[in-house]
Amino acid sequence: MRHTLSVLLQNKPGVLSRVTGLFSGRGFNIESLSVAPTIEKEVSCLTLVTVGDEAIVEQITKQLHKLIDVIKVTDMSEHEYVERDMALIRVKAESSTRAEVLRTIDIFRGKVVDVCPKSYVIEVTGSASKVQAIIDILRPIGIQEIVRTGMVAMTRGQK
Amino acid sequence: MKITGAEAMMRCLKEQNVNCIFGFPGGAVIDIYDELLRHEDITHVLVRHEQAAVHAADAYARVNGDVGVALVTSGPGATNTVTGIASAYLDSIPLVVFTGQVPTGLIGNDAFQEVDIVGITRPCTKHNYLVKDVKDLVPTIREAFHIARTGRPGPVLIDLPKDVVSSKVKFPEMKPVKMRTYRPTYEPHPGQIEKACKAISKAKRPVLYVGGGVIASKSNVELTDLAHKLNIPVTMTLMGLGGFPGTDPLSMGMLGMHGTYFANMAVAECDMLIAVGSRFDDRVTGKLSDFAPRAKIIHIDIDPSSISKNVKVDIPIVADCKHALTAMNNWLENSGLDLAAQVAAHEPWINKIKEWKAKHPLGYVEETGIIKPQFVVQKLHELTHGDAIISTEVGQNQMWAAQFYHFNKPNNFLTSGGLGVMGYGLPAAIGAQMAAPDRTVIDVAGDGSIQMNIQELATAQQYHCPVKVAILNNNYLGMVRQWQELFYKRKYSATVLDVEPDFVKLAEAYGAVGLRATKPSEVEPVIKEALATDNTVIMDFVVNREEGVYPMVPAGKATTEMLLV
Ligand SMILES: Cc1ncc(C[n+]2csc(CCOP(=O)(O)OP(=O)(O)O)c2C)c(N)n1
Ligand SMILES: [Mg+2]
Repeated sequence: MRHTLSVLLQNKPGVLSRVTGLFSGRGFNIESLSVAPTIEKEVSCLTLVTVGDEAIVEQITKQLHKLIDVIKVTDMSEHEYVERDMALIRVKAESSTRAEVLRTIDIFRGKVVDVCPKSYVIEVTGSASKVQAIIDILRPIGIQEIVRTGMVAMTRGQK
Repeated sequence: MKITGAEAMMRCLKEQNVNCIFGFPGGAVIDIYDELLRHEDITHVLVRHEQAAVHAADAYARVNGDVGVALVTSGPGATNTVTGIASAYLDSIPLVVFTGQVPTGLIGNDAFQEVDIVGITRPCTKHNYLVKDVKDLVPTIREAFHIARTGRPGPVLIDLPKDVVSSKVKFPEMKPVKMRTYRPTYEPHPGQIEKACKAISKAKRPVLYVGGGVIASKSNVELTDLAHKLNIPVTMTLMGLGGFPGTDPLSMGMLGMHGTYFANMAVAECDMLIAVGSRFDDRVTGKLSDFAPRAKIIHIDIDPSSISKNVKVDIPIVADCKHALTAMNNWLENSGLDLAAQVAAHEPWINKIKEWKAKHPLGYVEETGIIKPQFVVQKLHELTHGDAIISTEVGQNQMWAAQFYHFNKPNNFLTSGGLGVMGYGLPAAIGAQMAAPDRTVIDVAGDGSIQMNIQELATAQQYHCPVKVAILNNNYLGMVRQWQELFYKRKYSATVLDVEPDFVKLAEAYGAVGLRATKPSEVEPVIKEALATDNTVIMDFVVNREEGVYPMVPAGKATTEMLLV
């Protein structure tokens, strides 16, 4: 099963490699990972998507906790939460397909952020499945490049 | 007043009660070595290879019961420590390893003798640091000692750029270390203790399965109390030996791949397995699905990630073993439970184990005129009254030491358990002797392993360590040969040691004493002479070449599928 883990870390050099080293060393898998400072500048939040059964995710959580620089690990799957991924997609847009591309983007509430004679760069934000859906739809038209941020997630409701 | 980083480091070491460190100098740590001369209350043991510094510090830590310290230079000095650090990590031994580093301005430039040792050791340290500012030096050292000795102990590395130790700093006042992210759980949850005790009191066939955690937490007395109170048989892992007296009638000795027949049978048949500071290592469990298949499992460990890692646990107790065992003993004393009835109720189970033991006791076949390696270990036990500190190399020698020297006290058995490092034994013996100058220290060695750190004979000589090395010389990389004999059609690929030194002459070349025994009748006189010699001694026991270690559970098989003598 897919799990989204939110990990609060000390914002110090080398901390990210402790986390990624743990995953590679123990053969855990990382689907996506994103990290940035939080409201407290000494603390970073790392959002990590992994796939594994309950026992594996329990081990991952415990092993993360064991790292001295890890402050807190939350398995989002145990909570109500929102998650967002953002993609920048360079898609072929020639006169014959421009209209269709724009229509598709519109349906997904995406934006065109760069226009060239033969292509658009579009920005789309949403859940993993939404981003995947627009990619699937645009693929036959001709995707030239994709960059994604990886998932970020936050629990719903009051803190 | 401001002092240099190097002086601050020395002050800090003393504040941490360090009075012996193991190391080897080089350019990046020359300022530290210069400062060291001014501190006669810190003994520096100059090893002959940095790996040995770490193994010696590891053994020193075990015998002394506190953090061991090593100091080495940058680059090759640092990389030479990696094996020692990894061994300490897998055995949960508290160490602080100081490595020199190139000056901060050169880091990242592929400077002379620069390696990213923090990067290299990240997966084999409990934590590590690169100190970039001399102001952080003392707080980092304090934090490192705190991390190394608390929770599940382990090695911590501190990388010290040359300019950091030579710059000046005001020595910060000592404060208790407070960390936001690191607070190990020592106290057990009372609800879990009650649940565990109630479950144990209902068990008919309980077994205590004890690991190195009992030794790390110094809870052998509490464990013995629990076992006796309820009449529960005890088996130990390699790292747990000495955690419960090996000569106690309730002791079943070691379990697992080379465990006793009766320990492995008892685990297979038990209805309650109480794991105390042990981690269900594959060498212990064999085929996981067949390990303790009838048992409810209680697991006490200070490291939550050890619990339910390999085997699903019914009653987890995250705590220091000493605290948890004390709480259990208290609960049992005060619960109104009829302890005499408990003892009586386990009698049939104890008798069943006695039957297994009578059927297949730990033993070997004697052959006239040929020295059996097990016999040498038995004689060592007899002639030292079971009271020596035994370190081991790795291989058959290590298993025979574990099987036939019945350890009654913790930290009398020093071995590289998790990593299995050939070359551990001699430096470990030196570290142990530095911590306990009046004790008899013996390295039970193999002819292969001893050559991996043989240069430490010079260290032993320089610091007047009268350690004894007992080589069980089979002229083979015996343990690997045994696997080839059993599972690879006797094809001895690269396990015959065609060329070996004359160990007697080798000892003499270092100024030590060399003795040899080739017949069983010579074993006792050689050991007696070695024990009476106030010098480093190598005893070369020419043993039965193709002797095997038994019982043996083939890798991946159930622990009941033992090959017996
Ligand atoms: C550094 C290292 N290299 C290789 C091994 C693999 N290994 C395990 S036991 C063994 C044989 C050891 O031979 P010896 O020291 O003569 O001991 P014996 O088994 O003969 O008692 C080897 C090569 C190891 N454990 N450590
Ligand atoms: Mg050998």
